[in-house]
Amino acid sequence: MQKITRDALIEKAQTLLDSGVVTRVLGWKKGDFDYDVTPALFTDIESMKKDFVFGDFCGANFSKYLLKETKKIGVEGKVLVFLKSCDTYSFNQLLTEHRFDREKVYAVGIPCDGMVDVNKIKAIVGDGIVSIDDSAEVIKVETLYDGVKELNKADILLERCANCKSRKHVAYDELMGEDGEVIDSNRFDEVEKLEKMSADERFAFWQNELSRCIRCNACRDVCPACTCEKCVFNNPNSGVENKAAANSFEEQMFHIIRAFHVAGRCTDCGECSRVCPQHIPLHLLNRKFIKDINSFYGDYQAGETVGSRAPLTNFTKEDLEPSEAVNREDK
Amino acid sequence: MRKISLSNLDGLFAKIAEKSKLYIPVDDNKGFAAFKLWAEGVKMSNALNTVRSAKDFFFPQMENLMEFKTEGKNIEIIDIREEKEDFVVFGVRACDVKSFEILDRVFLSEPVDSYYASRREKGVIVSLACGKPAETCFCSAFGIDPATPAGDITAWKTETDLYLKANTEKGEKLLSQVEGLTEDCDDKAVEEQKKAITEIVKKLPLQNLPLDKFGKGKTKEYFDSPEWDELSSHCLGCGTCTFVCPTCQCYDVKDFNTGREVKRFRCWDSCMYSDFTLMAHGNSRVSQKERFRQRFMHKLVYYPDNNDGLFSCVGCGRCLSKCPISMNIVKVMKTLGGKENV
Amino acid sequence: MQVNEYKPKIVAFCCNWCSYAGADLAGSNRLSYPAEVKVIRVPCSCRVNPMFILRAFQRGADGVILCGCHPGDCHYTSGNYYTRRRMALLFSMLDYLGIEKERTRVEWVSAAEGAKFAATMNDFVQTVTALGENKRLEDLRCKK
Repeated sequence: MQKITRDALIEKAQTLLDSGVVTRVLGWKKGDFDYDVTPALFTDIESMKKDFVFGDFCGANFSKYLLKETKKIGVEGKVLVFLKSCDTYSFNQLLTEHRFDREKVYAVGIPCDGMVDVNKIKAIVGDGIVSIDDSAEVIKVETLYDGVKELNKADILLERCANCKSRKHVAYDELMGEDGEVIDSNRFDEVEKLEKMSADERFAFWQNELSRCIRCNACRDVCPACTCEKCVFNNPNSGVENKAAANSFEEQMFHIIRAFHVAGRCTDCGECSRVCPQHIPLHLLNRKFIKDINSFYGDYQAGETVGSRAPLTNFTKEDLEPSEAVNREDK
Repeated sequence: MRKISLSNLDGLFAKIAEKSKLYIPVDDNKGFAAFKLWAEGVKMSNALNTVRSAKDFFFPQMENLMEFKTEGKNIEIIDIREEKEDFVVFGVRACDVKSFEILDRVFLSEPVDSYYASRREKGVIVSLACGKPAETCFCSAFGIDPATPAGDITAWKTETDLYLKANTEKGEKLLSQVEGLTEDCDDKAVEEQKKAITEIVKKLPLQNLPLDKFGKGKTKEYFDSPEWDELSSHCLGCGTCTFVCPTCQCYDVKDFNTGREVKRFRCWDSCMYSDFTLMAHGNSRVSQKERFRQRFMHKLVYYPDNNDGLFSCVGCGRCLSKCPISMNIVKVMKTLGGKENV
Repeated sequence: MQVNEYKPKIVAFCCNWCSYAGADLAGSNRLSYPAEVKVIRVPCSCRVNPMFILRAFQRGADGVILCGCHPGDCHYTSGNYYTRRRMALLFSMLDYLGIEKERTRVEWVSAAEGAKFAATMNDFVQTVTALGENKRLEDLRCKK
């Protein structure tokens, strides 16, 4: 696959800015290190040339930022957004839910061969990363203590990229490079592994994972499917508002409900697991719902098309009974 | 100065654990460290720092304060506080040790927070010098020496030995408890390590932050800075930075009705949340920009205003590595403080 | 010999149009079902948010059963079809988290099925009694 370079993106942005198609650009801004890339809005090409970066650490999904960006009052013109293939699914899903004005966005699809997880790098090379060269397939990491180490990109991919479900862009105004294909991924393997465990083992697994939760709400706040103006967990009138889990019940409740609220709408973009400061595999909850939906009601990929009816706002008269759902042999 | 061979570290832990609860940093199944209760077989992590800070020991994320029971028109108030046991926290880094001073100024000034105070009284801190600071570390910018952390006892870990030096009476007491296991020694190895750490610290990228630009009396200078817009524009409004921060001390007090009694508890709160300081009219800070500004102004200006110029950041670097969008106090300081340099 | 006197707490969400009337009929016909079952009337089984079920467990329920009109008979035409999908996913998720799947159930009971209501409740109470106290999805603060 051809690699999209930073320069190519800047050139594209310049063309679009100059011709007046867009007035601003949602992009990635370089940080203090080679890996701490921040989402930023650029309004002129000079600042882009100075600070814009594109590389293996640009994992952030920009779809959700479009909600705020397109609602800005007094801002004219369209916003240019670069979307990786997985981001386009969230983009479509948000359009399905009428969450932003498509007319105010100019989406450029960019090919992506996977983003890198800095935590995986740190786990291998340790602390003290001075520089990371991600221009080639072999990533060179220099540390204070160990000199330069070469890492294979395939070993340090973000979880969601290692199990990439689609390199196909399902929404864009313009596509740079060639489009990919939907991938027959192994993303449900881990869910299946859990399903095969005994109930006791599963319970112990989730207790261990969820007990680390610090209720920072990063998983919720980054999620492109979580776009409620007021979350039930922040609403004092809901009766379930809480800021810290008092015990394992509240840990379970938050994560069950969080996953349930996006069931059928979650595109499996993997942002929740990427941002979790405690490295809880939250995608395993979302993927369980996706897997169940696929096997109970037929394959469904949220965000594949605009306007599709989500499985939980749909039904057939022949749907299986809840008792059948939990007692199925083939799950 | 006392020393003990690393091969006998378990013996040391066992000895300490005889008299009091001992917490040490332990790796979880994913290789991230957290303070855990020591027991036979629990191994100390080699990680530089824990994901959550050590403030949990004195200011836990969630804590029951009291209970109420009503019968007819009578309300019975039940004080659920118990006599706290002594405990030892081993392996606290210089940044986290400094954070206790910052928390003390909040919780131990009048009116004294008795929940916090009782824990502080019972806790013994064994700090550990940072042999290999990370690139995200910038404690030295705040005048903290990672080579000589404070605490009741300071420890240095070399390839072979652990060196211990008591700094307080509590520390002396703990050292005398393990006297049989340790031996007297000179401080040659420790001085060498200190020198090595100081050399490494000089190489760390974030040592020269424009701190002189912040501190007491700078509210007017920065409050209306146009930079806040851009800095905060992509903040998700999650609480990650505040919850991993060793110095964030905001909390909420709430009641939980169990159906039989009401439990009053407090839990960490985050100024980044839309329901922070919620009042009848709503949150006093209506936009994420205001919430974002509050957090950093508090660390860099408001807290120093009220505390003799002491910053309420210790440079542990947790927010740098944990923020979902990699926005952090260093970027804020560089953006705001840098403008006059240009 | 020690007698097992454990009596589970059961919450039954019943839809106003079919199952609640079914419960009434069970009463008028003098059919007995255990007193441990606490019925909560809801306008439609579809009114039951997954949160209701979790909160019932939080407040001390050992089992939660949801009763609605038979598929096709919903007073609001299609409410129970949505219930069916929602609960299938929720129960499967609870099972995935290692929480006993026998503690939750959905049953369709019409206004004419007083006998079915009583039989269902008897059976469910028996199942939950055999499981014992709910330990995996409990809020200790709410326990005595």
